[in-house]
Amino acid sequence: MTEKHDIVIIGGGPGGYVAAIRAAQLGMNTALVEREHLGGICLNWGCIPTKALLRSAEIMHYVKDAEAFGIKIDGKIDFDLKTVVQRSRDVSAQLTRGIHGLMKKNKVKVYEGHGMLEGAGKVAVKDTDKQIIATIEAKHIVIATGARARILPGMEPDGKMIWTYKEAMVPTRMPKKLLVLGSGAIGSEFASFYHDMGAEVTLVEMQDRILPVEDAEISGFVQKKFGEQGIDIRTKTALTKVEKGKSNLKATLKGPDGKETVETFDTLITAVGIVANTEGIGLEGTKVKVEKGNIVTNEWCETAEKGVYAIGDVAGAPWLAHKASHEGVICIEKIAGVKGLHPMKRENIPGCTYCRPQVGSVGLTEAQAKEKGYDIKVGRFPFMGNGKAIALGEPEGLVKTIFDAQTGELLGAHMTGAEVTELIQGYVIGKSMEAVEADFMHTIFPHPTLSEMMHESVLDAYGKALHM
Amino acid sequence: MPIELLMPALSPTMTEGTLARWIKKEGDTIAAGDVVAEIETDKATMEVEAVDEGTLGKILVKDGSENVAVNEVIALILEEGEDKKALDEWKPKKKEAPKEAASEDSDGSDDKGEKDAAPKPAAASAIAQQASKAPDAPLKQDKKGAAPSGERVKASPLAKRIAEEKHLDLSRVIGTGPHGRIIKDDVEEALLAGNAGASVVKRHPVEMVKVPNNSMRKTIAKRLLESKQQVPHFYLTVESQIDGLLKVRAQINGAAPKDAENKPAYKVSVNDMVIKAVACALRDKPEANASWYDDAIIQYNNVDVSVAVATEGGLITPIVRNADQKSLAQISTEMKTLAGKARKGTLKPEEYQGGGFSISNLGMYGIQEFGAIINPPQACILAVGAGEEKVVRKEGEFAVVNVMKCTLSVDHRAVDGALGAEFLQAFKHYIENPVLMFV
Repeated sequence: MTEKHDIVIIGGGPGGYVAAIRAAQLGMNTALVEREHLGGICLNWGCIPTKALLRSAEIMHYVKDAEAFGIKIDGKIDFDLKTVVQRSRDVSAQLTRGIHGLMKKNKVKVYEGHGMLEGAGKVAVKDTDKQIIATIEAKHIVIATGARARILPGMEPDGKMIWTYKEAMVPTRMPKKLLVLGSGAIGSEFASFYHDMGAEVTLVEMQDRILPVEDAEISGFVQKKFGEQGIDIRTKTALTKVEKGKSNLKATLKGPDGKETVETFDTLITAVGIVANTEGIGLEGTKVKVEKGNIVTNEWCETAEKGVYAIGDVAGAPWLAHKASHEGVICIEKIAGVKGLHPMKRENIPGCTYCRPQVGSVGLTEAQAKEKGYDIKVGRFPFMGNGKAIALGEPEGLVKTIFDAQTGELLGAHMTGAEVTELIQGYVIGKSMEAVEADFMHTIFPHPTLSEMMHESVLDAYGKALHM
Repeated sequence: MPIELLMPALSPTMTEGTLARWIKKEGDTIAAGDVVAEIETDKATMEVEAVDEGTLGKILVKDGSENVAVNEVIALILEEGEDKKALDEWKPKKKEAPKEAASEDSDGSDDKGEKDAAPKPAAASAIAQQASKAPDAPLKQDKKGAAPSGERVKASPLAKRIAEEKHLDLSRVIGTGPHGRIIKDDVEEALLAGNAGASVVKRHPVEMVKVPNNSMRKTIAKRLLESKQQVPHFYLTVESQIDGLLKVRAQINGAAPKDAENKPAYKVSVNDMVIKAVACALRDKPEANASWYDDAIIQYNNVDVSVAVATEGGLITPIVRNADQKSLAQISTEMKTLAGKARKGTLKPEEYQGGGFSISNLGMYGIQEFGAIINPPQACILAVGAGEEKVVRKEGEFAVVNVMKCTLSVDHRAVDGALGAEFLQAFKHYIENPVLMFV
């Protein structure tokens, strides 16, 4: 059967389903093709379920620390892994149902199956047996197929001892001695989670520091805290070989000095980046260009093929749900001819990592700003100087701001410590509205809140910090 | 939703008025242009015309109601096919805070301004003295409908900062941000274009904007249209030498008493002297101080001179009463006060309603001469041009003199050519012999 729509979106993750809603809002007859579950990785295997897991770890941490707050807990503090995991799955399931509701409310027709380009303006939807269950004709096709974990040869996930984020999210046993390969957001979050839940964790990173995309000062801070917590961090280290035994793994680690050591772990989580899902979606017969594994798009998410667009992870870094959603909206509004559109500004995309301590950032790091030749002013404010942080028992963290000395433009903001992932948006709004230092300075931040540190950091950049 | 019919403002300063009587009854069909009601202020009665078509659904303010606030909903009009039930569903909106001229617009309140701007776009279109409707265009986000030149530039803080650094005039940059705000990209593009020395032609993304007509604008339009259509104008131009006048003016101002801060008590302008000369000439030729009515010509016994003042909203003509009896210093001081009030929109009706003769001066803009439209019901208006140097032949020699051209627009029904000419002759006589003004 052939179905006619104005637009079809392949992939129902945070890029695709948001694009579908926006298209429907703008009056387009919209189709969404999803092969597995609405909400994509973000909702089912990424952002959301990990936050549920991390919440358990956080509560565990609070409970262990309860005595410092005058709370006495008698008896053994323990957790039930099954319940922890089940709660995380329930959270995902609830939100996925929510997306189904949103699709229905917006009259988006959802096709369950594998979407594939079939010539100009056509998408075939196939079932698991590769039988075509529907053919969709639409003038506009948006590819939002996302990405998957990068797998290194010899370290293919087996669901037993070698995990990717997906297996790490639904453990049936607690690792005792865990090796995490890769210290980006995913690796650092799992290292933090499993460590808080009681595992012995080794975090391996090829670069000279963990969270290498973050500002060096911030990742240095997190690295120090991880170390203090007892996470074994190995930077400038490569995992060269993994040998699977019966109940454990022998991992060969090559350190910064070039020497190789063999160590034993019971679990390995690989978090070495992701690969765009560009295969099997019919790109071969089109002009769509794929470079370095990603679909090449212009600032309006248009590919080289007329009428074909790509958004989110499949169109390249940064691999963030909110970037995908925003691209989805811009892409659709451009198609609909909405006036006054501007392309997405990469420097305004915030990033959040939910390890302990949390990290939130937006814009240029200090090193990047210098590299670009800016004359900069840098402000710093420690959690130690903030009343709310002390009251919370979270005196460790840092808020760092980087300004263009000439124009007062906020070039970057980098934060680590309790709740910073909820705070960073303040700087993002300011940055999007092109606030300058004076605007932040003249903003009245409520007391007592952690947000006061955002004010102080800006003041500090101009030598005016009040509580330091 | 029923269309709301709002209490119109008959003058810029009107805040409330009396709903004298309804011409249409509930249930009457209304076509665009139909007179639906009569509104009164202490000075005037005006007809309220409908722009929208429909049925007069419900009268909310009864005949003879006094102190009805401007923009209050006075009736509801049902659109064609709209059910009467819609009337029951209609709820009065919360009373809006009074819109003061003092509420300066700023970047931050733009959105609000768009929604709350008074008169509301709906109000502006529901009642109008003119039936023609502007094409669809975004509303200019300006409460007062200010001229673009005096408008505040909307730009992001960063855009402003960069423009300041690079000495870029933001008023020439087209904003592409939210609500036309100039953002960093726009400034950088403008700088790039500037640096390259290329004259980049950039079409404004918003083709046109709508500046809603306020009541002042509508009154100007209505009155001037009537005047130009119904009053048989003729024009007389006279050139006067003003060297003597300039000399006297310098003497007067030079001799002005000074206060403690060394500020002179008055500073008489050429315009003040023109007012005085007109007043003296009117005293001599009272037939020019007149109005035409079908049954009679009215001659005014008092010399009240209306002087056109340009304001943000349009023209208004405050009156110097009994100008013939006032000293130049008095006229000058009074004129300053009136012009100030006119610009602030605080003139009282008695300060601008009435008058027997008008003066319009564009000399300060370098306009040499022009013909003004008569300000009804007055019969004459004098259009004053710029003072200019001119070479003339004087006693066999060439000499440079200062001259000023004035053009009298005359309603031929009330004032004939010869009378107009005699008036101008008298006026010229005073201008060229200013001491006579003191006699």
